[in-house]
Amino acid sequence: MNVGDVLERSAHVERINLVMYAGASGDFNPIHWNETFAKAVGLPDVIAHGMYTQAQLGTLLVELAGGDPGRILSFSLRFSAPVVVADDGGAELDLRAEVVAVEEGVASVSMTARSAGVDVVKDAVATLRVA
Amino acid sequence: MALNPEFVGKQYPDTAPYLIGREKVREFATAIGEQSPVFHDLAEAVRMGYSDLPAPPTFAFVLTHKAMAAAMFDPDLGLDYSRVVHGEQAFEYRRPLVAGDEVVVTSHIADIHSRGANEFLVTQADVVSLDGELIVRTRGIIASRGTAA
Repeated sequence: MNVGDVLERSAHVERINLVMYAGASGDFNPIHWNETFAKAVGLPDVIAHGMYTQAQLGTLLVELAGGDPGRILSFSLRFSAPVVVADDGGAELDLRAEVVAVEEGVASVSMTARSAGVDVVKDAVATLRVA
Repeated sequence: MALNPEFVGKQYPDTAPYLIGREKVREFATAIGEQSPVFHDLAEAVRMGYSDLPAPPTFAFVLTHKAMAAAMFDPDLGLDYSRVVHGEQAFEYRRPLVAGDEVVVTSHIADIHSRGANEFLVTQADVVSLDGELIVRTRGIIASRGTAA
């Protein structure tokens, strides 16, 4: 793991992915699967769970860590905009992780996630044990 | 209504013991599109030194969101649920959660503050084994829009 290492991936998100995440996580808030409810509370449409987006970035961290989640020491971010998931067409999520520093065996990683042209997270950072 | 700052430090009762199941780990990994073998293949997990399948890093939230909800729905705190959004989420890992771990979540309100018209409720929730080993420390921030005094 070296400074400047970059991983990029695009994830296509459909409603079915949010339903699966709701079931797997136990978060059944209807804003993540019921369009009528989401619009009634002022959202443009169904939105992805914030934790679904963070989990997508987590898959990049695991890959940077050589497939071993035990090397991940910390992982934090702010949610800055919703990922709007249309019934027809879903949403695209563009994910990026970059190693920005390596000191004393610990790599610092900075991440971004964008959907529909906006950053949906901010200050997304993690630390990984290099080996 | 503004949140009551006297609630900083309030502890919530530990959650009921939760036994992390191997198939739950596989189900969660599948739901997030995580295909790394260590989350699905027992032999690969053992080869990496785990006693069973480790859980992906954000799995801890499956456990801690219940503790966060206890604060969110605390009738004495005064949070208007229709105005809240998940603002921030942080994890500090001592090690991954692994299938077979039986854990509880111990939580308290770490901070309440406001910025502009918004208020922020910060909950610290620790995932702890039944014999007291701290495994993951989490901090979740719930933003309450437009409720600052």
